[in-house]
Amino acid sequence: MKAGHSGEEMKFLLVAFLWTCWALPLARADDVAAGRAIAQDQYKGNCLACHRMPGDPSAVTLANLGPVLKDIRSRYPDRAELRRRVWDASTFNPDTIMPPYGRHRILTEQEIDAVVDYIRGL
Amino acid sequence: MMRLFEARFPGIPADDYVLGAFMLNDDAREHYEEIMSFPPFTVDIDRGRELWNTPLHDGKTYAQCLPNGGRMIAGNYPAYDPVAKRIVTFEMEINRCRVESGDAPYRYDDARTMGTLTAYARTLSDGMRMNIRVDGPEALAHYEAGRALYYRRIGQMNFSCANCHVDNAGKIMRMETISPAIGQATHFPVFRGGDKLYTLQARYTRCMKQVRAQPFPMGSETFNDLEYFHSYLSNGLPLKASVYRR
Repeated sequence: MKAGHSGEEMKFLLVAFLWTCWALPLARADDVAAGRAIAQDQYKGNCLACHRMPGDPSAVTLANLGPVLKDIRSRYPDRAELRRRVWDASTFNPDTIMPPYGRHRILTEQEIDAVVDYIRGL
Repeated sequence: MMRLFEARFPGIPADDYVLGAFMLNDDAREHYEEIMSFPPFTVDIDRGRELWNTPLHDGKTYAQCLPNGGRMIAGNYPAYDPVAKRIVTFEMEINRCRVESGDAPYRYDDARTMGTLTAYARTLSDGMRMNIRVDGPEALAHYEAGRALYYRRIGQMNFSCANCHVDNAGKIMRMETISPAIGQATHFPVFRGGDKLYTLQARYTRCMKQVRAQPFPMGSETFNDLEYFHSYLSNGLPLKASVYRR
């Protein structure tokens, strides 16, 4: 018997590799879509009540209560810090009116992750 | 607080604060005035007038029971009653008349009775200037209780009344401009969307639900104290009932 992989095995590995290449970014796109849905849901994130998101044409609002959400990755290069702001913004500014999404369990931990992934793309 | 608003909204006369957020731009004012020139809630005011004119169980009318025939008095309420040692709202005065005449009191959360009646009765005080008096330490204690609640963060969303209506008045939440605290107590009941009647305490209830807090009961001492403080903020402004709000 020859060492290594048979033609069938090679074909399988190739298909698996290609599938992974295609599906990985797709999975991330799904997370971002979930984050957008949570962010825009009035009974979940309700982000549009306070924030404009000029990078997302589906984010329709006139709000000016909170800062405009754009260039997020350059403004908050540290994802963990950004997540802490969503979880409880009062740890950064005690006078903030941003609801403490994590501390008051307005969103679940997974929902907060999805929202953070979404706004990091803005 | 007025000094803060004057700096934020320069050139707006104090009396315009009874317009709420409509005072902040000409289009909104025009929209308001257009609706108020032919209000969709005229039928509700007419029903309120009927209730007002219907004699009570012993034949007396509200006009006979209330001070000054019920005219130009709403701006004196809430008032501290030193004998009963409690805050008395205009709505409580209506119920005092009912009970003294042998009628059952109206529920404070019933828009069809108390809401509709006061939607007319308060128009009899249109133009009166808000005149809330805080005399003596007992009255002051109720004022302070109302003030403390006004500035306390509540609910899952963690907002105080002041967070929005003092700190962020004039800013836009989603599509709507946030009204300043001063002026709010002068124009209730309101008809939101032109047809949904809200008394002032029904509006407090709605606010509390929106911040996901358990609302206090309408007519409770807690809400009466809040209304006492909140109305005091509008002292000197002309009353105008009942009005359209978005």
